[in-house]
Amino acid sequence: MNPSLESNLFVFALAAFLGYEVVRRVSPQLHTPLMSLTNAISAISVVGAIAVTGAGHNTTMVVVLGTIAVTASMINVVGGFLMTDRMLKMFKKRKSQ
Amino acid sequence: MISSYLPVTIIAATAKFLPHRQVMPAYVILIYLAAAMLFALSLKWLSSPKTARWGVLAGEIGMAAAIIATLFLPEVRHYDWIFIAFAIAIAAALPMALLIPMTAVPQQIALFHAFGALAAALVGTAEYYAHGASLGTSTLVAIGFESLLGYLTFTGSLVAAGKLQEILPTQPMNYPFQNVASISVLGASIIAGAMVVVIPANPLVFPIFIALCLLFGVMLILPIGGGDMPTVIALLNSYAGLSASAMGFVLNNKLLIIGGALEGSSGFILAMIMCKAMNRSFINVLFGQVQAGKAAKSDDIYGGNIKSVNAEEVAAILDGARRVAIVPGYGLAVAQAQHAVGQLFELLESRSVDVQFGIHPVAGRMPGHMNVLLAEANIPYDHLMEMDRINPEFENMDVVIVNGANDVVNPDARDNPNSPIAGMPILNVDKAGTVIVIKRSLSSGFAGIPNPLFAAKNCLMYFADGKKAVLDIIAELEKL
Repeated sequence: MNPSLESNLFVFALAAFLGYEVVRRVSPQLHTPLMSLTNAISAISVVGAIAVTGAGHNTTMVVVLGTIAVTASMINVVGGFLMTDRMLKMFKKRKSQ
Repeated sequence: MISSYLPVTIIAATAKFLPHRQVMPAYVILIYLAAAMLFALSLKWLSSPKTARWGVLAGEIGMAAAIIATLFLPEVRHYDWIFIAFAIAIAAALPMALLIPMTAVPQQIALFHAFGALAAALVGTAEYYAHGASLGTSTLVAIGFESLLGYLTFTGSLVAAGKLQEILPTQPMNYPFQNVASISVLGASIIAGAMVVVIPANPLVFPIFIALCLLFGVMLILPIGGGDMPTVIALLNSYAGLSASAMGFVLNNKLLIIGGALEGSSGFILAMIMCKAMNRSFINVLFGQVQAGKAAKSDDIYGGNIKSVNAEEVAAILDGARRVAIVPGYGLAVAQAQHAVGQLFELLESRSVDVQFGIHPVAGRMPGHMNVLLAEANIPYDHLMEMDRINPEFENMDVVIVNGANDVVNPDARDNPNSPIAGMPILNVDKAGTVIVIKRSLSSGFAGIPNPLFAAKNCLMYFADGKKAVLDIIAELEKL
């Protein structure tokens, strides 16, 4: 097996397991912010889109596809984090009397 | 063990690169590593509302660092299109994130899934067209997964958002041989994907593959009804993550693999929780037709047993209560009644009544949606009780107010093994002293079956709009 594929599979399996263990502990009260936060985090795909779009030897088609990809994933990054925080800000404990 | 293993794999693996990628500078690798750990920390801090906002901050720092480091990669030479894309994205995302009403969060999240999946799919497509047949088999297989998941999640999420926004009909849309057709299209997409791997130089196979994946996404989600949206949106969350992870395999980028895998497993867990809360399987949600219920006729159950009350009578009952539970359902969000319920909560608390909220996992249109709506109405989160915590409490409750919920409080699920919803976990509101159900009529919920609770001895029906009813109760209570 190709050595980079091998290590990628290890990383994937362990990260999925880590995700399972961490997410299992998230309070059901926060399941909506959880979904919106994980979506913002997976928009890390923006770094791949940047690398593809900015490469030196690109055809027009690759630049067009890459630019749309950077836009789409950056919307996810900015929107995802801001909306998650907006929701979490509303979760308050009882006002101290 | 995991945290000590991850860095080792990442550093060991990033030393080996696909031929067409340049070696990443060490500082970029270290920043990516830090970002991966911040992402894990971000989800860990989300375990409690106390630390949750630190979690968002950790995620934001990780994301910002990774993006800046990427812009300094030697292989990134042209910045014009990247910065134009950034500007468009920020202009588009700000109003989406800051102005959207909390009732519309599910469709907004479905749209975010669509954007994320589209990005992954397009990068896979760009990689294919940039390097085509020179790519190794394993990379082509990864591009296949990335495109399949990316394109089907893109159209599937758009359909889900359309249904949630009620642009598309929310009823299940069934047609003859629907499952045969869906599975054939999935089969055809997989075959086309395999042909991309086997004959990558053929100019026709990739466009056909894309078209089939896009079509399958529509066919997968279109037949699913509004009641199953919490499961569907969680499943699409998982697919969006997996497509980002597949992109990490294509670009040989461990940070993408980790970020995507976190969302992939999170969405999967949420979808499992939703299925369990409805006592259904994934297969049944995705491919199950609406079962014709063998439930009793509603006339036999309701005939002569329905007791109707008005606001004045409800206020009198609440006046004598010490412990009250409020059970909200999706109808509460439809009636925009969450702020009225928030006022009722304040009023009852000021009269030293103990008020708790009992929240079923599938209340609302996505996992946890009801909690967000009630938090927005200033209800402290320690009063929002999940099903397992509040169920043993109902027998000590003087009054339960059910607003906009139906199937999730149907005692048939617990008591009648022949009911179509038998075995679905419910909120045992019928154990309380008095149950007041606020509902427009006796119409059935998503399951399409009558609810014996409404005819129970201790149940009173208040037929009204969910918001107006609560405001009227408040007005009457204030007179007492």
